[in-house]
Amino acid sequence: MRNTFAQTFYEAAKRDKRLTVVVADISPAGSMQKFREEFPERFINTGVSEQIMIGLCAGMALRGLRPFAYTIATFTIFRPFEFVRDDICYQNLPVTLVGIGGGVTYSTLGGTHHAMEDVAVAGAIPNMSIIAPCDPAETRAATLWCVEQTRGPVYLRLGKAGEPDLTSNAADAWEFGRLRYLRKGSDVCILSYGPIMKMVFGLAERFERAGKSASVVSAHTLKPLDRAGIAATLAAHEHVVVIEECVPRGGLAGQVKGIAWEQGAACRLDSFTLQDEFIHRYGSYADLLAAHGLDVETISAKLGLA
Amino acid sequence: MLKNQNFDVAAARRRCLAYRRRILDISQQVTAAHIAPALSCLEMVDVVYHGLMRPDPTARHLSFLDGFLMSKGHGCLAQYVILEDLGVLTKADLDRYCTPAGQLGAHPDYGVPGIEASTGSLGHGLGIATGMAYADKIQGDGRRTFVMLSDGEMQEGSSWEAMMMAANLEVGNLIAFLDLNDFGGLARMSEGHPAFYPIFDKVRAFGWEAVEVNGHDASAVYEAVMARSGRHPFMVVGKTVKGKGVSFMEHVAIWHYRSPSKEEYAQAIAELTEVSS
Repeated sequence: MRNTFAQTFYEAAKRDKRLTVVVADISPAGSMQKFREEFPERFINTGVSEQIMIGLCAGMALRGLRPFAYTIATFTIFRPFEFVRDDICYQNLPVTLVGIGGGVTYSTLGGTHHAMEDVAVAGAIPNMSIIAPCDPAETRAATLWCVEQTRGPVYLRLGKAGEPDLTSNAADAWEFGRLRYLRKGSDVCILSYGPIMKMVFGLAERFERAGKSASVVSAHTLKPLDRAGIAATLAAHEHVVVIEECVPRGGLAGQVKGIAWEQGAACRLDSFTLQDEFIHRYGSYADLLAAHGLDVETISAKLGLA
Repeated sequence: MLKNQNFDVAAARRRCLAYRRRILDISQQVTAAHIAPALSCLEMVDVVYHGLMRPDPTARHLSFLDGFLMSKGHGCLAQYVILEDLGVLTKADLDRYCTPAGQLGAHPDYGVPGIEASTGSLGHGLGIATGMAYADKIQGDGRRTFVMLSDGEMQEGSSWEAMMMAANLEVGNLIAFLDLNDFGGLARMSEGHPAFYPIFDKVRAFGWEAVEVNGHDASAVYEAVMARSGRHPFMVVGKTVKGKGVSFMEHVAIWHYRSPSKEEYAQAIAELTEVSS
């Protein structure tokens, strides 16, 4: 995702000289290095200083540039939170805040580097949009939207590197603010977003083996949420499962339940999220997800799948 | 009138006297005013608007080629009364200060005429101003950005992140004013936070060009800015008096927040009238 973001941004930045990047001491992956070399004035490294990363973006946006702040998700949202809120969101500036390693992607770095609450925290701020692509192709589509948009602040929540392609056979095209069916089934629907989608496809296979036709939906735009799309999904399936790499409060799961309540949905509805707990564990990304109960075996068992 | 040459100090003195009275008038409408922080920075804000900011000759209504941010947002009455005088804000705007019918609050809000960023949460303005100045620098449009800082907000780590980056980015088009009145909301900084001093040396050590002047001496403030090299971000460290111009407010911490009673208001106006005669 990192490299896809960098390459897509680089291509767009060659066409649009307003595009600038402000990073906080993070090594420029892939094509970001090319961007830096070709457009040194439009690449700023603030060093380990996230508040000024956000402040600079606000000032540059007020002067007509289109800045992207770019660092590890915890340092994009949590460290400079009040700057994100006041400088970017309160003033409703078209700044894209890129968070690398959303959720527990940085699985060996410990809890200080896990953005477990990023979607909940960013989503609480008025004016903020949130996009969490699930694979490189969605990252490209989302980045292309971000470089063009005039709506306001965006939190672009990415994974890290090495995510597989999950969307080249998707039923729907990517569109900001719309749920995207990656595959269409008729009995069960799994709603999710972000790099955990790889695990979600594994779960969908378990449903199929159990004789249930499973849809997989990328809820890539978490804010504004496609409420009508979710309502339709709840109506069209007998069982909906929300899986998200976010703490239980403030993410997708609670919102889907709210929509289900409002429309009197008749389907079964389950959700699986990160635990409301700091887990002191190290290992692979899958290991960390499993520690939170977000693995195919655990979820299958809880859902009574063989 | 707006002049960029030969800053008229006598006119500035007359203006600032009238501005002080206007600020006190507003304090009688609502209790939400920060009087003393507006009085301490008033001469420097006056120099910015009447001496340094260049009007846009192509604009139908007064607007400026350069930018100004009131980073110490609680001092915004100083900015509002000047914007009223310049016709950017109306008398009705100021009469409706902090009321539901109005558009002016106790901190500047982006989108209001003449207000270029929402400030008030301290430690934000210098970073935003640095971003504006840098954008202007790489876009080559010759704009300058002025920013008014409080000494209190220089206790924020974010201010020093901005100090470093402004120097790194060599934004010679950024000109900051530090309202060094030695008071936070609670007490004297020299007593409660003595390691804040010496501040002038710290500013220079962070790669800024700086001068220290009497912040109520409009001529000194103006001359200092005009004499800067333009190669580095520049700071006028203006030594000021919190509550300047009203004897019972000067150096008294409570006037950071308090609005004067009718009697106090009358006394203050009398003092400001005497000075003018």
